[in-house]
Amino acid sequence: MALQRIADPLLEEITGPNPRQILRKRVTGHAGLLFGVGVVLVLLIIAILAPVLAPHDPYAQNLANRMVKPVFMGGTWEHPLGTDHLGRDYLSRLIYGARVSLLIGTVAALISGVIGTAMGVAAGYFGGKVDAVVTFLINVRLAMPVVLVALAVVAILGGSLQVVIGVLGLLLWDRFAVVMRASTLQVRRREYVAAAQAIGASTPRVILSEIMPNIANNLIVIVTLEMAHAILLEAALSFLGLGVQPPTPSWGLMVSEGKNMMLFEPWLVLIPGIVLFILVLAINLMGDGLRDVTAPENRS
Amino acid sequence: MNAPVLELRNVAKTYRVKQGLFGKAKPLNAVNDVSLTLNKGEVLGLVGESGCGKSTLAKILLGLEAPTAGQVLVDGEEIGGQGRLALARRIQPIFQDPYSSLNPRKTIADIVSLPLRVHGVGDATSRAKSVRETLELVGLPARVLNTYPSQMSGGQRQRVAIARALIMHPEIVICDEPTSALDVSVQSQILNLLNDLRKEFGLTYLFISHDLAVVEHLATRVAVMYLGRIVEEANVADLFDAPRHPYSRALLNSVLTPDPSQGVPDTQLGAAYPNPINPPSGCHFHPRCPFAQSHCKANAPRPVPREGGHVECHLHDPDSPMYRPDFTV
Repeated sequence: MALQRIADPLLEEITGPNPRQILRKRVTGHAGLLFGVGVVLVLLIIAILAPVLAPHDPYAQNLANRMVKPVFMGGTWEHPLGTDHLGRDYLSRLIYGARVSLLIGTVAALISGVIGTAMGVAAGYFGGKVDAVVTFLINVRLAMPVVLVALAVVAILGGSLQVVIGVLGLLLWDRFAVVMRASTLQVRRREYVAAAQAIGASTPRVILSEIMPNIANNLIVIVTLEMAHAILLEAALSFLGLGVQPPTPSWGLMVSEGKNMMLFEPWLVLIPGIVLFILVLAINLMGDGLRDVTAPENRS
Repeated sequence: MNAPVLELRNVAKTYRVKQGLFGKAKPLNAVNDVSLTLNKGEVLGLVGESGCGKSTLAKILLGLEAPTAGQVLVDGEEIGGQGRLALARRIQPIFQDPYSSLNPRKTIADIVSLPLRVHGVGDATSRAKSVRETLELVGLPARVLNTYPSQMSGGQRQRVAIARALIMHPEIVICDEPTSALDVSVQSQILNLLNDLRKEFGLTYLFISHDLAVVEHLATRVAVMYLGRIVEEANVADLFDAPRHPYSRALLNSVLTPDPSQGVPDTQLGAAYPNPINPPSGCHFHPRCPFAQSHCKANAPRPVPREGGHVECHLHDPDSPMYRPDFTV
C-alpha cells in the first residue's frame, strides 16, 4: 500500500551524495572549464600583483635601449620580452596592461549585465506594457552601432579609463536584455512558477528563487561573451587612439604603438595580440564550462 | 450535515483577445457563469474536453487569476478579501505534468520545504523533520532529500508534488489532471495514494480530468463542463448510469474499450469544437447535439435542479416546449 511507513533503519541511513559533492565532481571533470578558470585566475593574480611582479617601471623610457628583441629572438633576460619604441620594458607593460583589460571587461559586463538583466526579466515576467517598453528600448539600442556611438562619446568627453568603462557599460546591455527576456518567457510558463505562486510566494521571491536559477546558465554565457566583447572593444578603441590614453599600458594601445614597426619587429604586435586572444578564449571557455556544470541535465 | 468549504457563485472569466494588428479586442468567455459547491471530504470530478475552461477555473480557485465576475468563497469568506498566504494555507494545487511542476534547480528537500519557508513556519530543524514526515507519508524514502527532480521517475515526481501540496495541511486540493502525464501502471498508485490521503486527513478534492474512468473511480460528484459552462452536475453513480445532458452522454460514449475490434467509438458529435470567441447562439451545444431543434438555437437553456446538482438542457426544463420528463439519453 502506498501509505505503508518505511521503518527500516538501514534505509534511513542511506543518503545519496550531497549537492556539493556532485558539483565538485562535475567541475573537476571538465577540461575546458579548468583551463578557462585557470588562465583567468592567473591573469587576475598577475594584474593584482603587477607592482611586485613587473621587473621594470612600465613608464620608464630608455631611448638608448629601444626595440630590444625578446629573449627567444636573441635578446637578453634583462628584458625578457624586449622593449618598445621608447625603450620601455615590454613585459612590465604587458603585466600592467592586464589590469586595464580585466578591469574594463569586468566592470563593463557588470554594469550592462545589471541593466540588461533587470530589463529582460521584467519584460519576460510581467509582459504587456512593460514588455512593449523594453522591446522598444532594445530595438532603439540595436539600431545604434556600438563602435560609432563609443567613438562619438569619447570624441566629445575625451578618452580615459572611466569614460571607456562607462560608455561600454551603458552600450552592451542589449544582448543581456534580449536573452534574459526570451529565457524568462520560457521559464515563466512552467508549472513550478504557478506552484510557487499558489504556495503564496511573493513576486520578488518567485523571480529570485524560481526564475533566476533557471536562467542563470544563459546569463553566465552572456556575461562571459560581453566581458570578452568589452575587452576587444577597449583594445579597438585604444588602437584607434580613442580609448585609454598613452602612456597608460593597455594591450590595444600596445598593438597600436607597435603597428608602425610591424614589418620589421612583428613581436611588438604579436605578443599583446596573443595575450589578448588567450584571455578572450579563456573567458569564453570558462562561461561555456560553467553553463555545462550547472545545467540540470546529465546531473546524475 | 457537511458544510460547504468551497463555493463558486456565478463565476466568470473573460479574456480580451486581439485579432491582427489593428483588430478590435473581442471577449473570450473562458469560464461563464459557473456555480459550484464543494462539501467537506467530497471529491468533485470536473470533466470536459480540451479548451472548455477547466484549467482556467483551477487558476481562479488558486488565486492565480482574478475572476471577472462572481464570487469564490472558501469557508464562507471571499478569496479576494483573503491574503495571498491565507488562501495558500487552504487551497493547494497538484499539477498535471510532474516534469514541469518541480523546479529542476532545486533539491527535493528545497521543493517540499518551500511552503514552510514562505509561510515562516518553524526553524530549520523542525522544517527538516516535517519534510521527512511528509515524504514518508507519500511513500518516498529519506534518501531522495538531496536528489534533483531529473533523477526521479514521473511517479516519484508526482509524489513529491503531492508532498509539497500537503505539507501545510490544506483543506482543499485542486488536482489538475494529476495522472494524465503518467504511465498507466503508475496512475493507479497515485490515485490510490490520493484516496488514502483524503481519508486520513479529511481532504476535499476538486479533481479535474478528461479521463472518465479515473473520475468514476475517485469522485463522489461530477460536473461536466462545456464551453465555459457547467452543463450537468450530478452524483457520480447517477451521471454514469443515467446521464441527462446529451453532451454527458457523448462523453461517456467516447471512452475507449479494451477491445480493439470495436474500433473508435462514435460520439455522434459530428462538427468540430466551436470557436469560443464566436460561441453558437442559444444553447452553446446545439450545433453538435443530435437532439437539437430550432428552439435550442434561439434560447439559452437555464439550469434545472436535479438530485445532487443541475442540468442545463431544454429537454429537462418543464417550462420549455421541448420538455420530455421521461427523457434519458
